[in-house]
Amino acid sequence: MRQVTSEDLNDIALGAAVLGTGGGGDPYIGKLMAQSSMATHGAATMMYADELDDDDLVIPSAMMGAPTVMVEKVPSGKEIVTAFKALTEYYGKEPRATMSCEAGGLNSTTPFTVAVELGIPIVDADMMGRAFPELQMCTPTLAGINATPMAVADEKGNSVIINTVENRWTETFARTLTVDMGCSAMIALYAMTGKQVKEACVLGTISYAERIGQAIRRARANHLDPVETVRAATGGYILWQGKVGDVARRTETGFARGDARIDGTGAFDGRSLSLSFQNEFLIARDGDTVLATTPDLITVLDAETGVAITTETLRYGYRVVVIAMPCDPRWRTAEGLQLVGPDYFGYGVPYIPVEQRMKALGGR
Amino acid sequence: MSLRIGIDVGGTNTDAVLMDDLKVVSKIKTPTTADVTTGITNGLKFVLESSGTATSAVNGVMIGTTHFTNAVVERRRLQKTAAVRLGLPATAALPPMVDWPQDLADTIGGNNYLCHGGHEFDGRPISALRPDEIKAVAEDLNAKGITAVAVSSVFSPVNTDLENEVAAMLREWVPGVSVTPSHEIGRIGLLERENAAILNACLRQLAAETVAAFRKAISDMGITAPLYLTQNDGTLMSAEFAEQYPVLTFASGPTNSMRGAAFLSGLKDAMVVDVGGTTSDVGALTHGFPREASVAVDIGGVRTNFRMPDVFSFGLGGGSLVKEDPLRIGPQSVGFRITQEALVFGGNTLTTTDIAVAAGVAEIGDPSRVAHLDKALVAAAMARIQEMSEAAVDRMKTSAEPVPVIVVGGGSVLIAKPLAGASEMVKPNHYEAANAVGAAIAQISGEVDRVYSLAGMSRDAALDDAKSEASQKAVEAGADPSTVQIVDVEDVPLAYLPGNATRIRVKAVGDLTLVGR
Repeated sequence: MRQVTSEDLNDIALGAAVLGTGGGGDPYIGKLMAQSSMATHGAATMMYADELDDDDLVIPSAMMGAPTVMVEKVPSGKEIVTAFKALTEYYGKEPRATMSCEAGGLNSTTPFTVAVELGIPIVDADMMGRAFPELQMCTPTLAGINATPMAVADEKGNSVIINTVENRWTETFARTLTVDMGCSAMIALYAMTGKQVKEACVLGTISYAERIGQAIRRARANHLDPVETVRAATGGYILWQGKVGDVARRTETGFARGDARIDGTGAFDGRSLSLSFQNEFLIARDGDTVLATTPDLITVLDAETGVAITTETLRYGYRVVVIAMPCDPRWRTAEGLQLVGPDYFGYGVPYIPVEQRMKALGGR
Repeated sequence: MSLRIGIDVGGTNTDAVLMDDLKVVSKIKTPTTADVTTGITNGLKFVLESSGTATSAVNGVMIGTTHFTNAVVERRRLQKTAAVRLGLPATAALPPMVDWPQDLADTIGGNNYLCHGGHEFDGRPISALRPDEIKAVAEDLNAKGITAVAVSSVFSPVNTDLENEVAAMLREWVPGVSVTPSHEIGRIGLLERENAAILNACLRQLAAETVAAFRKAISDMGITAPLYLTQNDGTLMSAEFAEQYPVLTFASGPTNSMRGAAFLSGLKDAMVVDVGGTTSDVGALTHGFPREASVAVDIGGVRTNFRMPDVFSFGLGGGSLVKEDPLRIGPQSVGFRITQEALVFGGNTLTTTDIAVAAGVAEIGDPSRVAHLDKALVAAAMARIQEMSEAAVDRMKTSAEPVPVIVVGGGSVLIAKPLAGASEMVKPNHYEAANAVGAAIAQISGEVDRVYSLAGMSRDAALDDAKSEASQKAVEAGADPSTVQIVDVEDVPLAYLPGNATRIRVKAVGDLTLVGR
């Protein structure tokens, strides 16, 4: 166990944006909310998964909806506690801890509000090691864990408990509720035992985000290259360096889809990278050559500061570096790829781990 | 023919240029005075008299100023201001000014009120407005004697009604109040938009005084032509508009010098190095406009979401101190005291200007006063100045390819040799007045930023609607309709929603119509 202070949250948010692969929302609001809770209640306690007893109850908590709405309709701060308590009452058992659903983006920091407000620990883990757009897309689904019972709450005090037979149904019902609640709701779901957390979740991802954030902050303070620092801290690869030449967006089946063209500079001069996204960056192609695909992490960094740029804010003229990082091995199984592989998102290319693709290209 | 006067009111100097269409007729650099007016009057007098221009022939006066930015950065002359936010029960987690530096929040009193109201993304109300709450706010404001207020409402860029209603109530109930509704300034992003509105509110009184000083300077000279101020993005606003929205001038300084550099050099794509008295700014021009910053911009520690030029500032200027053993240049500077303190002016402080004179690249002051300087020191300092400038240019470059570099500003005599990484180095005519020239040639714009529900209309129809409204806004602001063009279109479908909401931003600019008189 350790303390997580207001200062630590700055690093976690900075690193979480890198793991957000362009989606997951800007962690800024989630961070500010947790920091404002900390100003009243003090620092959060974070526990490591191996400190959980096998029969402990862990209830993850998160924000669901459009991050662009959340930056405008800022939460009241009570809804995430409302959702968490609603599910706790449903179980009739005191949870040992809360947890993050996705370490990428704003849901890295939102559960800290629950932890601090209720005085319970947060587990240093998440359910995917990155960000994904739908709530069935997580490693507990691969382990056969049901997302429900799930609680959805809004700022007005409404809360709803959902029970479904399959996690895709949960996504469907919860999405509809979220829209009715103004496209931004707080949720508690995937209640697990300590044993399930240890076996089915991606462990250590909050402190991983923190290490990435620290690396960026220190590199900037010491005038080192923050991009190279991120690459080194994540064991990733520099896919591309350039300037955003075009961003074409369209809305299809509820996703913000689009393609960005990154005109190469330096070693990549004269060539263009095509980067496709559906909320998150999912595939990077240099002409016919695929450089990386989901579920490996593809992130666009501001070339100057090393700060991750989201798909929503990406625009013409930005100078960026595109990096790719290996995903959790469970995503590379047949079941994992069926859930979040390039085929699921309709790209029709086989998944090859980024390490192998880079090796085949002679390393970068 | 149109005659226009561009003026840059800086913390140290006031620069003025008189332009006849696209030609610089006359220019002057004078010290900024405490009352602002005198400095401007001095500048106006010189450019008119030296060119034999009648005051009645002037068609427009354009002023760029860092006055308001400096007031925020230095935390002075800011009015006690209250923030009223409509959105309860939402938004309570993060009250107004939650992420501000404490000293700035304290300076303006830190008063904020959370009330019911606000809209959902699709225009449904979050909760009904409660006039009794606003009445109570008004009574508290009256009791505290606060007359500057920012009003923000959730999703006010989608529906402006509530902010307008509350502004009207406050104007009725609080005598002498000045209200800034957030939708008039910012875009989506409650905290950033609200921050901009609060900064604007606390600057209004200073804006009224400053613009009055500008007006007085102009009318003292007998000029009756309209007065404009320049905005962050290099476009103009009327003096009346600037009194209402001083916050929109925040980054106009670097923008003006970069636009002026583009104009004077005839280059559209280049790096610009503007060497001032204390610092230098480097920025990139693309298509004649400054490249914008990609991350949220802090002003005096407050997060905003304005369009701001992407500028790198470093501590090299004409007044930078030069220290020996080891050799150090800047960041300290004698600033506006250079005419007393630099060696060439009879002072006792070794500055970069002295080095440039000793090196024979500049003729300023009395060269005999620097004749004794060690040749090796002069050479080493000149080399260091060169290195600092090259590193800054390299930092802002987007490719290893050499690019044209335009050097402007009063301190640009320091850069004597072509910079490494530059395909060519241009020091255009009138380089020292680039910022005033940038103000004189500024265009006028109109902008729309709104979330459209595409349930009942096509995307193209929504884009057309936004484009025509932006063009209309530009024309209303004074643009010649025949020159108006759309310069920026961006549509962002709101993610994670079943399809219907799209945020559209459009900007139109056109040449300012100046009626010949």
